[in-house]
Amino acid sequence: MTTSEKKTTVIVGGGHAAGALMTTLLQKKYQHEVVLVGEEPHPPYQRPPLSKNYLAGEVEQASLYLKPRAVYEKAGQQLRLGVRVEQIDRDNKTIRLSDQSTLKYDQLVLATGSHVRRLRAPGSDLQGIHYLHDIADTDALREKLVPGTRLVIVGGGYIGLEVAASAIKKGVNVTVLEAADRLMQRVTGPEMSAFFYAKHIAAGVDVRLNTAVTGFEAGDQGRVAGVTLADGGTVPADIVLVSIGVIPETALAEAAGLPCDDGIVVDEFTRTGDPDILAIGDCTRHRNLFFEKMQRLESVANAVDQARTAAATLMGEEKPYDSAPWFWSNQYDVRLQMVGLSQNHDQRVLRGSTEDKEFAVFYLREGCVIAVDAVNLPVAFMVGKQLVQHRKSVSAEALSDPGADLKALV
Amino acid sequence: MGKIIFVEHDNTEHVTEFEAGTTLMQVAVDNAVPGIDGDCGGECACGTCHMIVADEWFGKTGAIGDAEEQMLSMTPERAKTSRLGCQVKTTEAIDGITVHLPEFQM
Ligand SMILES: Cc1cc2nc3c(=O)[nH]c(=O)nc-3n(C[C@H](O)[C@H](O)[C@H](O)COP(=O)(O)OP(=O)(O)OC[C@H]3O[C@@H](n4cnc5c(N)ncnc54)[C@H](O)[C@@H]3O)c2cc1C
Ligand code: FES
Repeated sequence: MTTSEKKTTVIVGGGHAAGALMTTLLQKKYQHEVVLVGEEPHPPYQRPPLSKNYLAGEVEQASLYLKPRAVYEKAGQQLRLGVRVEQIDRDNKTIRLSDQSTLKYDQLVLATGSHVRRLRAPGSDLQGIHYLHDIADTDALREKLVPGTRLVIVGGGYIGLEVAASAIKKGVNVTVLEAADRLMQRVTGPEMSAFFYAKHIAAGVDVRLNTAVTGFEAGDQGRVAGVTLADGGTVPADIVLVSIGVIPETALAEAAGLPCDDGIVVDEFTRTGDPDILAIGDCTRHRNLFFEKMQRLESVANAVDQARTAAATLMGEEKPYDSAPWFWSNQYDVRLQMVGLSQNHDQRVLRGSTEDKEFAVFYLREGCVIAVDAVNLPVAFMVGKQLVQHRKSVSAEALSDPGADLKALV
Repeated sequence: MGKIIFVEHDNTEHVTEFEAGTTLMQVAVDNAVPGIDGDCGGECACGTCHMIVADEWFGKTGAIGDAEEQMLSMTPERAKTSRLGCQVKTTEAIDGITVHLPEFQM
């Protein structure tokens, strides 16, 4: 191939999806120029440890990087880090960067991820109110987690709960405030919520359900001193972590006139409304063949699977994104692995007991397994992955009978 | 400090260098070896880092944990010397090891 035939693919955003795309293009020996523009100063890194072992101080920062920066560069891929993409000019196929330079693209991939949802309430700009989304956030939070500190976590989702588990181990006094009537309500069923509630209570976390937050109380020097509740009460706090979800980062795409609907709308090949622009990861609302509906997912699995689909699309292969979503969370000695989406189930089957160290919940719809949540039972997750992917119909008895071999079901 | 040889399903060889204290999965990922995903970053949560260790090296890769065994038990191309690459620490003892990669990851 001569240089004149070389095209330029620009990736906007330097997160997990972007990193997975760079890697896949490397592995597939993509012949064109690849340039990644990322606002953060780091090469693509994994966020899950930010609320898990990196927060706990058990792993080094460098181990978060998907691969060392030099690996991409040695292979000819460019990383422009610490630079933000400000605008997309679709007519001229250029992007404008925060350092005022412009960059020409033949194909553009938006991998802009998501940003944290902020709690807008009286006192929300007080010092000591934290959010958790990037390395800097975790570094800032970790140094505050010293014995005796009162940490109040707003939001009982998996990130808030992972932080609670790490913090209580460090001798921090932890309170979790959740507006819903159970924990992790958005992602799991009632059995799992009850199990995690009991775990956190047993560890000494003060978990309060049905508790809506109205604002923050000020202490000395503009620092937060408490969290105020809808019932009129106040929970005293030295530090607060607000963890109430994320919002897809769609501003660039919207300004460029690409169809967005709480996420950049893409098809099963990760194509946006513009044939030369793809989008992947947290920022997308996508059609997954498997679920036959448009949805947005915030997970590593979605980021990497869409990245692999995008790599295929860039190389002219038609490889639709049709894998079942999966997820994991670590809290205390609990390894939770989830596959599928459980929202539309009509039957739940428990294998083992939530009193045990290991058990699983199978979510069925019309007799087919559509999701599995497995606690310290990786085999149930692995079996579930296949059952969900192949939409297999199975009997509830076979799933619940601890004597029956799960592996025989696939 | 040493070498690891990854052999893809189509027999393409990748001779890589490693430092002690990392994992087989991370060495493969750091070298962009195709056929290893490592999607969960080494948490033994995804099963996308399946490798088949050459027979003579298997004994040097340490013990298989319970979670790893459960994950492997459902891995389609499981062999006698299968491991999850993220669960094998790189030590001096494995300098020169040959590791085969399956056709597909989970
Ligand atoms: C604390 C925490 C724990 C998590 N735990 C898990 C877990 O256990 N399992 C799991 O599956 N998932 C987990 N996730 C979710 C997972 O990390 C995300 O789904 C994943 O990172 C999405 O990848 P992405 O590349 O789409 O977005 P991101 O990783 O968010 O990356 C987007 C990047 O784009 C950059 N960017 C945005 N706009 C621009 C612009 N205009 N110009 C330049 N750069 C830009 C951003 O700065 C950011 O670096 C966790 C997330 C967090 C925050
Ligand atoms: S990297 Fe996920 S199980 Fe090894």
